[in-house]
Amino acid sequence: MASKAQEKPVGLRIALTAFLVVWLVAAAFPFFWTLWGSFKVELDFFSITNWRAALTGPRTEFTYDRPFTGAGYAGAWLQEEFWRSVINTFIVCFFVVCISLTLGTLGGYALSRSGHNYVFWLLITALIFRALPPITLVSGYLPPFFQWNIWGYLPTSIIVLVAINQPFTLWMLHSFFQKIPKELDESAKVDGCTQFQAFRHVIIPVMWPGVITTGLFSFLLAYNDFAVTAMLLSESNRTMIPAIAAFLGTTQTEGNVMFAVAAVVSATVPLFIMVMFFQRQIVSGLTAGAVKG
Amino acid sequence: MKHKTFFWFFLPTAMAMLVFIAAPIVSVVMQSLFLPHEAVLIQVENCGPFGCTQQTSIDQEATQALRDAAPMGRFAGLEIYFDRGHLATAEIAQAWRTSDSWGAFFGELNNLPFYRAMAFTLTYTFTVTPLLIALGFFIAVGVNSVARQLRGFLIFFSLLPMIVTPLVGSLILFWMIDARGILGNLIQFLANDPDLSLKASTPLMWVSLIVYGIWSSAPFAFVVFYAGLQTVPQDTLESAQIDGATRWQQIRYVLVPHLMPLITFVALIQLMDNFRVFEPIVGFSAQAHATSLSWIIFNDLGGETRQLAAAATTSVLTVLCVALLLTPVLVRTWRDFKGKA
Repeated sequence: MASKAQEKPVGLRIALTAFLVVWLVAAAFPFFWTLWGSFKVELDFFSITNWRAALTGPRTEFTYDRPFTGAGYAGAWLQEEFWRSVINTFIVCFFVVCISLTLGTLGGYALSRSGHNYVFWLLITALIFRALPPITLVSGYLPPFFQWNIWGYLPTSIIVLVAINQPFTLWMLHSFFQKIPKELDESAKVDGCTQFQAFRHVIIPVMWPGVITTGLFSFLLAYNDFAVTAMLLSESNRTMIPAIAAFLGTTQTEGNVMFAVAAVVSATVPLFIMVMFFQRQIVSGLTAGAVKG
Repeated sequence: MKHKTFFWFFLPTAMAMLVFIAAPIVSVVMQSLFLPHEAVLIQVENCGPFGCTQQTSIDQEATQALRDAAPMGRFAGLEIYFDRGHLATAEIAQAWRTSDSWGAFFGELNNLPFYRAMAFTLTYTFTVTPLLIALGFFIAVGVNSVARQLRGFLIFFSLLPMIVTPLVGSLILFWMIDARGILGNLIQFLANDPDLSLKASTPLMWVSLIVYGIWSSAPFAFVVFYAGLQTVPQDTLESAQIDGATRWQQIRYVLVPHLMPLITFVALIQLMDNFRVFEPIVGFSAQAHATSLSWIIFNDLGGETRQLAAAATTSVLTVLCVALLLTPVLVRTWRDFKGKA
């Protein structure tokens, strides 16, 4: 309860509010500005004469009779076939999340229920793997992938992303499983279950909150990856982020920068929706590792 | 849990990590020790009615035979590590002998790709990390003091810069600071120089990259500190107030010590993550002004000629640097584990 003594003086309250408003603008304004600007033509969004042109869109109105146009989106999605990259991204994300959660729950559960010394060393190894920048592994992937002719395909990238994702998944699920009391599966085993049956019938029904949180972070990793997918996927199998990077190289000609702007906005929307629905899980996931140790 | 049961539960994830993380590391180290075979050249003399000409051509068969005999290439030892593209020891010794001042020496150093990248990476890592912790801390204190109904809303928007894809986030900022974008315009107006462009100046480019780094990572520090603030013991805070501590003193002597373990945690994680700075350099098209180790690897691997050996060598050097930054984390985990046992 806020007592009289904890009430803030007016000056401090104003300063605090001002600071928070400045941060809020810094955090949110760039997204709304780009969303608004993506419906303009390039000469309005990147206006030499007057920055207000991006708000009112005089050139857009001159060209299309309306202050808004979907030309950037049409160009990116249809002309440059961005829809292919969108489908690829969702295929990659879906399989990466499913496979890494399957492997991760089994491994994380085993780590949390075994008291042997090697558990610590396995976790330390996972921590070291987690700290490696993924790009440093790529030159190790390329020669064998070329030799076996599996370079450029989605399944190859999926399995690589799953592996890169494992150390983090293991750590997170390990700490979630430790919070589930051991007595649950112990008693199931006393009743005659094998370890796997105990896992299947007792642990799986109660593990979903932790698994969903971990799944969100696996999704983010797969969705946000640029270094690995840009190097391991061929042009026709590109996911969204490498496709956007490719736009930058190829569409510097007049008008086509707006394709990249539209693609960037399209790639932000799913993340926006995800944060809206899963804000609580994301916050708890970010703090889980920190508060514990 | 029995060893055997543990083994079967852990096998799938262990396989994934062995095949796609451990094996590639070994392969990267091997690649960095070997150079590709040079093509075997043969001299052919063509004699015609107008005299003889010497022609040099590649002996395909002999080259192929050489490649088959030693598929890894020819052993180079640490040669690649010390060449001009990496540690460049010869060039440094040369610069040390010839340059008469520190300025000239560092000027020479700046022409070597590895040291140029290192200079930016270290500057970035060690300015972004403290600044994002400070910003995150003040946001956390600020959000913690507003009405409860507003907090969810504030947290939602604060999360966005961190959640959004790094490449996408840096592009969004880059388009705004473009000379024709809204922030670029604002900066030109403030500096009263209509030709000012961030893209043309190295110091300004570094500043924008650092601003992007703080913008995108402060939310992480904020969320962690905000969670920590919920557990501050109210008794301690009240006794500090009774003892007459000002607001600043309460923050300095109660909140900061309580959050200290979290501050260390965020600092260690962020040092490692900022060291691999890569996407903003691509998003800002800043390679003319700033490069990083990750960017060099990416650049060597991409393009027409994939320079695998060079990329592998830079990778090994990067991993060594990360290992150095990781040591404090490992020591901490070790202490935690010993404490629990």
